[in-house]
Amino acid sequence: MKNIITLVAGLIFGLGLIISGMTDPAKVIGFLDVAGLWDPSLMFVMLGGIAVAFVGFKFVQNKSEAIFGDPIHLPGRTHISKELVIGSLLFGAGWALAGFCPGPALVALGAGYKEAFIFVIAMIVGMYIHDHLFKACKITKAA
Amino acid sequence: MHLTIHWQNFTPGASLVGGMLIGLATALLVIFRGKIAGISGILGELIEADHSANPHRLWRGLFLIGLVGSSFVYQFFAPLPQSNISASLGTLIVAGLLVGFGTRMGSGCTSGHGICGLSRLSLRSLIATISFIFSGFVICYLFLHAI
Repeated sequence: MKNIITLVAGLIFGLGLIISGMTDPAKVIGFLDVAGLWDPSLMFVMLGGIAVAFVGFKFVQNKSEAIFGDPIHLPGRTHISKELVIGSLLFGAGWALAGFCPGPALVALGAGYKEAFIFVIAMIVGMYIHDHLFKACKITKAA
Repeated sequence: MHLTIHWQNFTPGASLVGGMLIGLATALLVIFRGKIAGISGILGELIEADHSANPHRLWRGLFLIGLVGSSFVYQFFAPLPQSNISASLGTLIVAGLLVGFGTRMGSGCTSGHGICGLSRLSLRSLIATISFIFSGFVICYLFLHAI
């Protein structure tokens, strides 16, 4: 049952992205292109998402275990690091260039777009470069 | 700066409903499994080569199968909306590399920081969200209007 719920959560997430219009890079770029004709739809996606997710996080606020018994792991870091800011700036740059962020790219991949396939492969390589080359290099330097 | 709204493309209703479904999926994942629905984190941890240090791969795999399969399921109810992708092959590769590297360095993307983090009222996620939207505005401007 807990595996089915997890799968269904992923499915609902994807359906939400499709219905909201976010799986269309042209629509995302329509939001990011404030100098052109501006489409503020993305703000409504965030608004709807935050409002419902807020209730979910409130529900688990003082609990240590989820309904299926897993421990609740919420991010605890509060430090505003330069990695947080620089990483987010780099992410925003890539997001604007293609109009894809990770979720919609995976949904478009499932719809069979070869451009999404290329983007996702490059994204996985980018993740790998960060986790295995960049971070490893920094750890070596620190030691 | 002068903002002109593109009323034909503006879909507040569908975007709000779609956003609420994203929020519902996020709520289900944390209430039933205690996990954060941040897509870059889920994918990044799933592909981590060090299996021994990371035994919790099943839920990540299942969530992503649901996500990737959503296009297939949607088609049973309505025709799938078009994804209009204008980026060239080279741009797609550079963009993918930046998104992959940047989301790992910044510990999250539009879902992890923009939805989960902001709904948890995390200052860290607010700074991250402002950073990637600001950078998105600037790079979009440079790419479409200045170069």
